[in-house]
Amino acid sequence: MQQHLPILLIITPLVAAPLCLLLRQRIAALALALAVCWSTFAMALWLLEIARNTPGGITYQLGGWAAPWGIEYHVDTLAGLMLVLISGIAAIALSFAPRSIQDEIPAGQHYLFATEYLLCLTGLLGICVTGDLFNLFVFLEISSLSAYALISLGRSRRALTAAFQYLVMGTIGATFILIAIGLMYMMTGTLNMADMAERLKRTIELREQTVVVHQTRTILVAFAFLSVGISIKMALFPLHLWLPNAYAYAPSVVTGFLAATATKVSVYMLLRFVFTVFGVQFSFQTLPFDVGLMALALIGIFAASTTAIFQTNIKRMLAYSSVAQVGYMALGISFASENGLTGGIVHMFNHALIKGGMFLAMGCLVFRLGSVELTDLRGVGRRMPLTMFAWVLGGLGLIGVPVTAGFISKWYLISAVLERGWWPIAVLMLLSSLLAVIYIWRVVEVAYFQEPPETDPPVQEAPLALLIPTGLLIGANIVFGLWTTLSVGAAGEAARQLLGASP
Amino acid sequence: MSHEMNTVLGLYNYWIVIFLMMTGFYVVIAKGNLVKKIIGLNLFQISVFLLYLSMGKINGGTTPIYPDKSFFADLQDQSSTMPVYSHPLPSVLILTAIVVGIATTALALALIVRIHEAYGTIEEDEILLQDQEA
Repeated sequence: MQQHLPILLIITPLVAAPLCLLLRQRIAALALALAVCWSTFAMALWLLEIARNTPGGITYQLGGWAAPWGIEYHVDTLAGLMLVLISGIAAIALSFAPRSIQDEIPAGQHYLFATEYLLCLTGLLGICVTGDLFNLFVFLEISSLSAYALISLGRSRRALTAAFQYLVMGTIGATFILIAIGLMYMMTGTLNMADMAERLKRTIELREQTVVVHQTRTILVAFAFLSVGISIKMALFPLHLWLPNAYAYAPSVVTGFLAATATKVSVYMLLRFVFTVFGVQFSFQTLPFDVGLMALALIGIFAASTTAIFQTNIKRMLAYSSVAQVGYMALGISFASENGLTGGIVHMFNHALIKGGMFLAMGCLVFRLGSVELTDLRGVGRRMPLTMFAWVLGGLGLIGVPVTAGFISKWYLISAVLERGWWPIAVLMLLSSLLAVIYIWRVVEVAYFQEPPETDPPVQEAPLALLIPTGLLIGANIVFGLWTTLSVGAAGEAARQLLGASP
Repeated sequence: MSHEMNTVLGLYNYWIVIFLMMTGFYVVIAKGNLVKKIIGLNLFQISVFLLYLSMGKINGGTTPIYPDKSFFADLQDQSSTMPVYSHPLPSVLILTAIVVGIATTALALALIVRIHEAYGTIEEDEILLQDQEA
């Protein structure tokens, strides 16, 4: 059992997805999906525990075919942390689903929702677990295709156009990644990540000259395709255009789940390629990848935070804020130092909890108010005190107030900046946090300091079935703001592994 | 033939790939009709399939199927050599990518049907106009 955990984690949701389709019955399908999600979470926790105690991480060879010929699954600390994060958020968000989708998705489509949700989970987990490049592409497409379908379930017809836009941009991104994998395969003849990293360093004879594979033009082009493709998927400014609409019009549960996991998995892909496959030396010293990434990250943080201030749709506002937060993660990665990477990875973890919780709180508001327009939120802080309290706690996390998880990640990012002595960037980071204060405050002002509209009957607090999952995620945001052994401990370990794997 | 001519003509398969890729990419960006966009997207993906397939192909290479005993009998008689195989793995990978491509197209077309039901049009600018009025 224990040695087969990496594959069980993938197989369980993958097999349960078509079962949900066959059940065709709302309660049975949702119950099965819930059971699968929570057991996946348990397995992921177990796997992380084993992975952290195994030097070099766990490897699993599919069908007993030895790498590099067979497909290899590889779980190190970073992958383990991602698995825990994704399956945990998936389990909590799905617990939120049964009540939330009652209004938002026609009852006849609930079993389809469960199927797509499990497939999306399979794809996301698969990306983190696999050590094979082509396998990664397939899992990426599994998660993306089901994500498009999930988004199109939204009530408004705009959900359809948003899903279509995401499909076009997502497919271009995934195809770019496919081109890059093809070019790399052309030069090395392997698809295994560890083997590829090894072979990229070898020398070959090319037109009567001896060159390192790294320095061939083919690999440079592959790197370019890869960074653009992944940037589309992780919604790095200016390739974020698909994200705001997709998040704004998807059903609440779907937004909560995807906002917390999909872009994070793409950040994970970036880490894997840049550090494990290409290596620090190539990405940051031969190529000026750090400068480019840092510039885009900083512009993205400011552009997206400013746009967020002017949104009247709160879900859209949070979506733009997500684009800004991806900028912080990219910023952490661009330092390529232990503190910077730790900050980037911890922010990936913390932001998933914060945004997941905030979007679930939005789901509670939608459940009672049926709207996420700022003007409809007047006085909602008095009518739905618990929901709004959760939302505000999440907002404080976004700003980076001490005691919340957001503070921890910004602390590591700032110390990484100061370590290099780039204090102007530290000032910029603090300024950008002020932008977050502005957009969070706009909502707080409307929700707490304006009179609620006279409705009959008055708006009530959201039901417990919705409040408990929301509270779990927001509570985790506070827990990981005080107790950092798991998040920072594992992230620091992961950062050291990434930097050490390719000195 | 000069070295430059060789790089231009000898790599004609890659030129075809780049031409198809750019055509597809242009159609996705420039066309307002959603179905045409998907056709462009297909073209874009197919160019990548050709990229993979042509990298596995060897001039005169055959399908990599292990020959049966009669072949070896012939081999001894006619002093011919073992056949040269084309690399099978890129073709296998592309089989998977084709399936992914079909799934993407099917989902996109299904979305277009739903968009047509909801908006009564599949022209991007008209959809945008309706969204702004609403």
